[in-house]
This record gives sequence, structure tokens and C-alpha cells, in this order.
Amino acid sequence: MTTETSNTTVEVTLNVNGVAHTREVEPRRLLSDFLRHDLRLTGTHVGCEHGVCGTCTVLVDGDPMRSCLMFAVSAQDARITTVEGLGTQDDMGPVQQAFVECHGLQCGFCTPGFVTTITAFIEENPDPTSEEAREAISGNLCRCTGYQNICKAVLRAAEIKREGANGGDGA
Amino acid sequence: MKPAPFVHHSPHTLDEAVETLREVGHDGKVLAGGQSLIPVLNMRLAQPAHLVDINRVAGLDTITVTDHFVRVGATVRHAALQRHDDAYAVLPVLRQALNNVAHPAIRNRGTTVGSIAHADAAGEMPSIAVLTNAVMEVIGPKGRREVAAGDFFEGPLQTVLEADELLEAVRFARFGPSTRTAFLESARRHGDYALAGVGVAVDVEGEGSDAVVRGARAAYVSVTDIPVVIDLTEVVAGQRISSSWDGVDELVQAGIAPEADIHASSDYRRVLAAELTRRALTGAVS
Amino acid sequence: MSTRQFGQPVQRKEDPRLVTGNGRYLDDLGQDAYEVAFVRSPHAHARITDIDVDEAVEIDGVVAVFTHEDLDGPAADRLPLLIPHPSIEAGRTGYPLAKDEINHVGEAIVMVVARDRYLAEDAAQRIVVTYELLPPVVGIAKSRDGELLVHDDAPGNVAAHLLQEVGNVEPAMAAAPHTLTLDLEIERSACMPMEGKGVLAHWDSDEQRMRIHSSTQTTTGVRAAVAAKLALPLAQVECIAPDVGGGFGVKIMHPWPEEVLIPWASRRLNHDVKWTEDRREHFTSSAHERGQLQTVTVGFDDDGRLLALDVKFWHDNGAYLPYGVIVPIITATQLLGPYKPQNYRVEFWSMYTNTVLVTPYRGAGRPQGCYAMERTMDAIAAELGLDRTEVRSRNFIQPEEMPYDQGLLFQDGRPLKYDSGDFPASLAKLKALVGWDDFPAYKKEAEAQGRKVGLGIGCYVEGTGVGPYEGGHVHVETSGRVNVATGLTTQGQGHQTILAQIVADELGVSIDDVHVTTGDTRRMPYAVGTFASRGAVMSGNAVALAARAVRAKALRIAADALEVSEDDLQIEDGTISVKGAPHASIALSTVAVMSNPLRYAFDESAKAATQFAGTYDPDKPPIADDDEPGLEGKDFYSPTQATFANGMHAAIVETDPVTAEIKILRYCVVHDCGTVVNPMIVEGQVHGGVAQGVGGALYERMAYDESGQLLNASFMDFLIPYASEVPHIETDHLETPSPLNPLGIKGAGEAGTIPVTATIASAISDAEGFAIRSMPISPDELWDLRRQRALAATSSSTPEEPA
Repeated sequence: MTTETSNTTVEVTLNVNGVAHTREVEPRRLLSDFLRHDLRLTGTHVGCEHGVCGTCTVLVDGDPMRSCLMFAVSAQDARITTVEGLGTQDDMGPVQQAFVECHGLQCGFCTPGFVTTITAFIEENPDPTSEEAREAISGNLCRCTGYQNICKAVLRAAEIKREGANGGDGA
Repeated sequence: MKPAPFVHHSPHTLDEAVETLREVGHDGKVLAGGQSLIPVLNMRLAQPAHLVDINRVAGLDTITVTDHFVRVGATVRHAALQRHDDAYAVLPVLRQALNNVAHPAIRNRGTTVGSIAHADAAGEMPSIAVLTNAVMEVIGPKGRREVAAGDFFEGPLQTVLEADELLEAVRFARFGPSTRTAFLESARRHGDYALAGVGVAVDVEGEGSDAVVRGARAAYVSVTDIPVVIDLTEVVAGQRISSSWDGVDELVQAGIAPEADIHASSDYRRVLAAELTRRALTGAVS
Repeated sequence: MSTRQFGQPVQRKEDPRLVTGNGRYLDDLGQDAYEVAFVRSPHAHARITDIDVDEAVEIDGVVAVFTHEDLDGPAADRLPLLIPHPSIEAGRTGYPLAKDEINHVGEAIVMVVARDRYLAEDAAQRIVVTYELLPPVVGIAKSRDGELLVHDDAPGNVAAHLLQEVGNVEPAMAAAPHTLTLDLEIERSACMPMEGKGVLAHWDSDEQRMRIHSSTQTTTGVRAAVAAKLALPLAQVECIAPDVGGGFGVKIMHPWPEEVLIPWASRRLNHDVKWTEDRREHFTSSAHERGQLQTVTVGFDDDGRLLALDVKFWHDNGAYLPYGVIVPIITATQLLGPYKPQNYRVEFWSMYTNTVLVTPYRGAGRPQGCYAMERTMDAIAAELGLDRTEVRSRNFIQPEEMPYDQGLLFQDGRPLKYDSGDFPASLAKLKALVGWDDFPAYKKEAEAQGRKVGLGIGCYVEGTGVGPYEGGHVHVETSGRVNVATGLTTQGQGHQTILAQIVADELGVSIDDVHVTTGDTRRMPYAVGTFASRGAVMSGNAVALAARAVRAKALRIAADALEVSEDDLQIEDGTISVKGAPHASIALSTVAVMSNPLRYAFDESAKAATQFAGTYDPDKPPIADDDEPGLEGKDFYSPTQATFANGMHAAIVETDPVTAEIKILRYCVVHDCGTVVNPMIVEGQVHGGVAQGVGGALYERMAYDESGQLLNASFMDFLIPYASEVPHIETDHLETPSPLNPLGIKGAGEAGTIPVTATIASAISDAEGFAIRSMPISPDELWDLRRQRALAATSSSTPEEPA
């Protein structure tokens, strides 16, 4: 059946970081705004709202996508992961830990978009070269770091992740 | 930068999609990946009253590889096609071109068919459609019809698609076994729209350093209003693969009409397109 | 034994919060506030004849629509000219909302307040403004013509004109064996922080207080400006910078119209109001920088030594002049770099155009000055057939000549007097790092393969850490927690870490116990702001001085308690002990308790300070006449002049012989920012600065058309480099401590950016064999230069040109 919805509101249920959230929103509500202002998960930032800067990148079924170029209503069947879902201050994920170790951030505004992007990248490429690391972050803008330490953080994150995986291997 | 209000339609079947488009297509837009459309909506440069979101339509997200073609459904993401090893094995130019489409996060959402329907001559995939003599599978209230890629594009951002029609799938035709391909483009930044780009398909006879070119075709990005193919056969036929491709420059430059913009002049793009062609020819055969 | 933190690559205290999505940036706050969108001018120069808001107010969810007519009191007046200067002949500023005349695309005309931003934009779209178009003045050349005026009462479009001269240029130039004249051009770029501006205002009608959060580089500046504009007592206004997603200069400008309007609307509506700038607004209603036309005439001897330098330049200041002439003054003075010009005359005109206004962007006029000087150095070397580093060496100020007075007035109104630096040593390090002497062989080898490669160099001196002052406040709580406050703001420089490092060392406590607050006027109402690479110099020294005061007080109290001399005490890891007798000790937290005589015991430790605890001498007042309660201290650092950092960059580039694509193969940096507090952070500053420099050299420009439309007001067309465009940066450094401040620090924030345009221009010139005189440069432009030269070379045969 065709579901028709107008600019009055619609009920949207999204699975974000493993939790289902239901809100009444307009169909034009961008996923980025839904996350930030309806769910108040403000870790996802907005830098350009036209898909170029990558600051708003979240994982949709594990793949990095621009949350400013999706409507919340279109994301209903997906599993969304934001930076908040990748670790906490007391229990940081490998990418977050690597950013801290490598000084991969300055103002921190673009960082969540890098963290989500790199998380997906090292999942697919657990042992990247420097060139691959640089390529992997080449769709995200950072105005502070010059990227060098972010490249370093990609390699370090992969290393931490591998160590973690090996650590679990008792044999 | 927030989009204007619209009515959101979310059909679950192709029939529903067609019916919805029949009702609202004249004042609506199809939303597939949205990676070109949503920026325009956010900037309010377009304010369609209706969006027909086809992402939930069953059966549109498949890639089919046959002896003759690679068929790509309307909601297949660029990334899915790029990663598809069977498609790559039979038609490597798809991946060669897709590697140049924007950035991974855009490719994860944007659709190949959508980018063809969008008909931006700065897009890579419209030019691959014409290079491969692709067939467009169009569906609308009057039923299905097929359009050759060469007849599909009418102008910048314009195609033969009617407002109530949907591009259901694109069949990229496979080349013969002796055809080798390459795709090259030059952009100001990696992942940007190209200043110029080219995909080439070169028909080669023989192996190794003895190989001889029988013919070649090239399709362009960002240097024409609509995607065009230039047949280079007259100047490359009989050349060895170590050729310096004399004569290609003139043929290419005569066949394109690049526009100037803030990033590059028309003359520069013309020279760039010709040089990229020569390099792509070398890349394809070596 | 605690490890000294100063000088260590300490990991940043702010990071765990920021990497996990727990930062609090402006738009993360005020979730229930009304939101604002503006109607902004689509025209560059026009008079407003009518504004029709009727359709907008009908939209459900729209709270209010305001135009200039609605503004009252000082809020309706023009915005301030922040930095007056005698050279300003016609200082013009805009209104918070345009009154009658529009002077650039993007100028705010109508403010819409609504329940959310979507609705506010819906309403803004329905507002009809009618304009009478005026001819726009776009570009320095057109402004200089003076035929059309931006402001009717600014003749010739000249906002300011300044001439400074040291020595006597004319006779020296006339007598010089060689002279050269260079016409140079540099285009606009912009700071482009990833977070745009934003303001949240909370009017407390019960207390008649205004609390402003702004994504700003100066909260004290915003606070004072808003108090003035809203006619509120300063005491009733507070301003806080939350986490700020990058500044790079654009957020030192203040008050932005929105910083006045949002608090104004909050008071008017008695409701929280927020405005979050979107990217398109940031392009057309914030600020740009860099655009200059320069003419350099230089006289030199047979060895390439400068005899006279005569510089004229025209600086594009955009539609208004709220920040005065700071940028061109910096160009005029910092142009000299590490060199002794003997005789120097510089004259500039700051010009109005109908474009977005120009305020400092990282480097703030220095990249342009460095570009002028370094292009000149290369030109001298080319003219005399000398090595480019040799010409530079011969003109260096020598270490033994420090301090060296250039005889000019700097941007802070104080003498341009270099405090320290060892330029020959810096150059030696740079040459070693890049392999300067081996390059000719490499170039020859590349040429044999049909490749074009070039090596470039750029040297700079940067006045950093300008005054007037910054303050530090250090407070030790009875728990041992150390609170540090300084008034300047943070946009990613790691102040929470480096200031904690300094205080931890000064006070002898663990860095984990030190908590730094920046940019909150409630905690430190006296401050200037974060700009001019001054954070570490100014606040670093201020918190050190404050910590020293706290330490002295702690030792005094402890000496009393332990009945020893203060000189015999040491503080380590938060414990004061007698040197050589570690068991005679007292915790700093206990001293904090004792420092504050109490009537009430609020917790166990506080009991020791209550009146019946017997710890006080009954013959003395609990607080001595010259003392204050509490273990805290405040101090200010106010230097007599700026401290001068310096550095030298080298780049190797390759240009494609056919397509003229430009690739940076290597990028090397040697810098000297005095004593380094945290080398990891300094290196990060250098990396980021170089990346912005690369953007300015090869990618970024503001493409205005003749009608004053900005054609590339998006990240699709304004080309900030991605990782794929930024080279790996190789660094080396010197530390010549500044003699001017207690810690020996010089600033580092802008260092990376300053010489990049000059360095890349030098390298491309070397690769191509002809001088690049206009930057930034794109492949298309380089290709066109080649074509023009080829045409000129064969002009006798009059080749056909395309129609």
C-alpha cells in the first residue's frame, strides 16, 4: 500500500544505537536534525547540509552515510549508529581511543564524522596502508588538523582493533 | 538550509510506485538515493510538492549479470555495484568509473540508476551508459518501454523520461572479449565533479607487445551538454599499444564543447579531455 | 616524584569528551529555544524600498518577524568600529538589520523567529523585499577607479590610507645598482570553520539578566558590546563560549549582527532564542580575507642585499570596516620577515567593495606580506643568478642583532621590535630537512624523464602574543581540585590541556586535578580574546603567575602549620613537605581548608577550619589585614610588546607538462615558537596551518562575478582541501625562548599558514621557469600562463587565436 504523508507530521520509528525511538516529525525532517534535535543525540554535527563536509556522517546498517542527505522517514528500516554508539568516555572504541592518542582532533567538530567513517573502514580493511588510510578519510573535511594525525589515527585504530581481537584469542 | 514541505509517498511495490507517479509525478520527484536531489532541496533550489520515495519498492535493488549485460535496478547503490565482483569481472569499466563517483559515503547512498536519470553531464555514470550502449528500462502509466542510452539524454539534466515515468533499471551492455576499458578523470579535488573525464573502450587484436588496436570509443564527463561517444577508430586503428595516439587530440577536441566555469576555462577542459583520452587509451591497453 | 608536564606531549584532557559525542557546541544547546532565520539581500548594492512580511506572519509556528524599524535604542544604531586608527578616513559599519541601503549580498534585512528553523525558513521565503538596484563595486581594480562608490560619503572608496617610512627610500632607490618592480595579486579566501557562527540568548526576566552563549573567540568582547547595544548594566550580562568548532579569526569579529539581535529578540519575546548559522549564510554574511593588489619596487646591490624597499598595496576590505585596519597594518609591518630592508616605505589603501566584509583570517595579513617579500627575494635571486637561500641569508637579521627594532609601529600600536630568533640556524635546518643542495640533481633527473619539478622557499616572522593582557585565576578547593579560569576562548587549541600542564607544574599537583575553564565571563570577566597566536603566551603566563601566587600562599600557610621556613618546603603531587624530611608534610587540600576560617563544617575536612578547632591564634584576626580567605590567586599578564616567532617552509612540487596539474611532493617546515608547552599540540597547529595555507595557495578563492554574486558559496565549489590534497608535512624546530615573558613562550597558532602561498608560488615558479605573480593558482590558470608565454614567444608569427 502506498503510504501518503503530508507536511503535517508522521510517526517515525528509528533504531539508533540499538534503541528504538518513535517521534512525530514532518517528512522533510532531515535525519541529522532528527538525531540532534528530536533524539538530542548531539554528537552528530552539521557542517554544510549539502553532503560535502562529512561532519554529519553516521552509519546506516554499518555503512557511512550523510545524515544531512537523508530524511528521517526514509531511515526507518535501518540500523543507525552515531558516534555515541561507538564508545563512552570511560570505554572508548578503538577509533576514539586512537584519535586521543594521535592528537587526531583539535576543535572536535568534524571528529564524529571521521570516527563513524573510520569505524566502518577498518571493519572492511583491518590492516590498511598509509595510502589507504588517507584515501579512506578523503571524503571528510577537517579545517584544524591538516589530516596528518587523523591518518595516523586510522592506522592506530586498526592496530588497537587487531590487538583487541587477538587479546580475545586465548589459544 | 532546510527543505520546504512536501508530501512523502512511500510505495512498496512497483505498481504502487507507478500509480503514485501517475497521480503526482507532474508536481513531484522520485527520491532514490537523494544524493543529488536533497542538497538541492535543502537549499530550496527545488521545492517539489511530492516526493515519491522508491527505497522501499521491492525488487529494485538487484544486480543481474547475464551473457550480454549487467542489469542494475533503480535502488542499487553505487557502492553495491562498485563492489560487485561478477559485474566487475564482465564489465570492469563500471568499477573503474564508480571509483571516481564522489566519496564512499555518497556512494553508499546514491544510486547508479538515479545518477543516470538525473542526467548531469558532470556525472560519471551517464557517460558509462552511452559508452556501453546501455538500455534504459522505463516504466510508467502506459507500461514499459526501452530507450537506448544514445536516445535517452536530451540536454543538461533533461532526459526523455516523462514526469510520470520511472527509470526502473539500466542494462549496461557487455563488451566483446577483445575490448579493454579504462576510466580517467581530473577533478580539482579528489571526489569532486570532474573538470573533464573519459571512459574508453578499446578493441585490441593479439596479445602482448604485438597487440594491435582495431578500434576505440570514448565517452566524456563534464565537457559536453549531454553524454556523447566519440569513435576514435579512424585515428587509432592499426596502432600498436605503445602508440602516442597521434590524431586523437584533434578528433576529441572537435567532438566536445566544454563550457567554462569558475574552475576551468573551456579551452583548458578541451585540452584536458584530449590528454586524458590519450592516457586512458594507454591505460586500457597496457 | 611528579613528572614535569611542561614540554611534554601530554594527551589532551578535552578529547575523551569530544571523541565520544559529548562536546557541547552552540547548536547542541537551547533545544527548546525559538529559532531564527534571516532574509538576506540577494543584491550586492541596493536601496530597500519596501518590505512586505504579511504572508510570513500567517504561518503557524512563526513567533515574530522583525525589521530595522522594530529595533530600539542603541540596537538600532550602526554597529561599532572596533579598532579606531588615525589612518581611517571613512570608517563605515552596517546596522544589525539593514536600514535603507544594502552593501553586499547576504546582508541581513529581516529576522524571523519561529518554533523551529524549518518554519523560520518557510516564513523567510514568503517575505517580499523590494529593491532599487545600485551599481555594485566588485574587485579592487574597480574600487580603485573610484567611478562608482560603495558609500556615497567615502570618496574614491578609500576607507583608510596609511604611509610608514623608515630611512629614506627615494635616494637609496635612486642610488641602487639594481631595481625591480613586481606587480602581485592575491585573492580572497575565508576561515571556514566547520562550525559556523551561532548565538543562544536567555533572558531572565525575573532577574533582568541576559545570558549569551556565542560561538565566539571573545566572550568579554561580546558581553560588553551586547550590554551597550541593549542598554543593560554590564553586571546583568554574561557571555559564555561553549565548545567552539573552529574559529581561525572569523569569530574574533564582534558583535556580529546576530550577537546583538538574538539577545535583543530574547528580551523582547521573553523566551530563549537561538540562531545557528548555516553554511550558505557563512559564505555571504560572515567574513573573508586576503584580497590585495601589491606593487613592490626593490633596490639592491650586486650581492642581492636590500638597499631600498618601496611597497604600495590596495587592500579589499569589503562593504564595511568594523575591524578597522588591523589586517593591512599587519601586512605592512610583517612583510619585512627576517630581513633588514635598510630603507623601507609602505603605503596602503584600504578599499571598499560591495562584497562580504574582510576581517582577520589565520595569518591576518601576514600571508600577503610574506608573499610580497618572498616573491621579491626570488626575483632578486633570479635577476642576479644567485641561489635563493643565499640572497635571503645575506639579508637576514643576525642573532646578535636581537632585539632588533624595525622602526615601525605594529598592530598593537607598539614598536615592531623583534625579541629573539636565529634565522641562519633556521635556514640551515630547513635546507638540511628538504635537501636543498641536492635538489638540482634531482630536478635534472626528473627533467630527463619529462617531468617538471620545482623547489620553493618561504620565510616569515610573526608577531605573536599581542596585548593588552589576559588574566588567570587559580583556586584550590578543599578536595584538592584545582580550578583554573582564563577569559580567552578555545576553538581547538588545547587550552584545557596546556594551561593545566603549566598550572600542574607551577603548583606541584597532578594534571588530573587541574580543571581549566576558558571564555566564561562569569569566571573571568577581564579578558581580550583568542587571536594573533596569543593564547599560550598570554593566558599561559597569566595562569602561571596566578598559580605562583597560590603556591606562595600555600607555602606560607603550610610553613606556619609545620613551623618551618617557607624556603624549606616543596610541593609535589599535591602534598607540601619539608625538603629532606618527607614525613613532615601537609596536603594542599588541607591547606585549602585552613586558608578559609569557617563557622560551619560542611564536611569532614572542613572541621579543621572551624572556630573551635583550635587551629587559629586567638590574638590575631582569622583573616590578616593584608590577606583574603581561600587558597586562590589571580594575576594578569600584560606585556610591553609582542613576541616574535619565526619559521621557514620549503616545498617540492611537480607540475604536469600537459595538464598543468600541480602536486606537492614534499612539504617541510622549520619553526621557532620559543619554549614549547606541548610539542604534540604545536605540531598539530603547524599541520593545520599548512593545510589551510595549501587551500589558500592552490584551491580556495571567493569567486565573485561583476554583479557581486558569490558564485561558489558552497563546499562543492569553494574547495577546502580534503586529506587527498594535503601533503604529508615534515617538521623540525628550534626553541629560542622569548626573553619577554616568564615562560619564554611565543605563539604558534598561525605559523603554519603564513608562508605557504609564498612557498608554493616559489616552487611552481622554479618548476616552470617563470615567475608566478598571482595566487592562488589553479591548473587552468597555470596552463593559461604557459599558453600566453608560448604565444608571446611566437608572436612574430601571429598565431591564430580562437574567436
